[in-house]
Amino acid sequence: MKVQVRNTVDMERRRALKASGGLGLLGLFAVLGLMPTSALAGVDRKVFEAKSLSEAFKAMGGLAPADSNLINLDVPETAENGAMVPVIVECKFPRTEQIAILVDKNPTALVENWTIAEGTEGYISTRIKMAQTSTVIALVKADGKFYKAVKEVKVTAGGC
Amino acid sequence: MSNPTKIRASAANGITEVRALMQHEMETGRRKDESGNLVPAWYITDIKVQHNGRTVLEGQFGTSVSKNPFLVFRFKGGTAGDKLAISWADNRGEKRSDEVAIS
Repeated sequence: MKVQVRNTVDMERRRALKASGGLGLLGLFAVLGLMPTSALAGVDRKVFEAKSLSEAFKAMGGLAPADSNLINLDVPETAENGAMVPVIVECKFPRTEQIAILVDKNPTALVENWTIAEGTEGYISTRIKMAQTSTVIALVKADGKFYKAVKEVKVTAGGC
Repeated sequence: MSNPTKIRASAANGITEVRALMQHEMETGRRKDESGNLVPAWYITDIKVQHNGRTVLEGQFGTSVSKNPFLVFRFKGGTAGDKLAISWADNRGEKRSDEVAIS
């Protein structure tokens, strides 16, 4: 009888250890920006919590994307309504794999992340919310490398 | 109950252009209602577009996408009559899928 009780306790303890160990590892990966994002279709949801551009890039694995003139980022110079700012990203890489749109001064930086299938053009037209005047960033993954294009949009009435 | 995504997909010269308007409030969780209470976040988190069952585009949204998300994109292939489906899921676990025939 005693043995049985001990076994149950032991099992519980093991289960608890296993659970906390698993979480700890995931947490560590997240901190280090080592979430296995590249293997998945999208980014880890945690990246959507990043408060700034630098934090978002860090959460995406310490990105330092180079500027590229193969990305055309089409945004208005001035947006009268921050609740609906049109954004068009058009890429001229041979193979665009991912397009993300970020706003540096929004409460959270990452707005959208798109995974572009083979045969789909590197083109996205969308509408986003902007809290205030800020730079808008198109982050693009092409042929395994990250590139960016940056433009400022003046917002006269914030929409966040 | 959610409202259907308005989709228009047209093929020309070997390219299909998809235009979509998803109908969703897209609440950021930072807006206050008339009585000053925060309106809870309620927004689409995942989008998938399929052409005859093959995924051509997948998206993830944060809270800063405009109300009634608008999307235009293009992919190679697609002919009149093919199926084009757009499905989404939101942070409340609601899901919806709508389908049109490419024109």
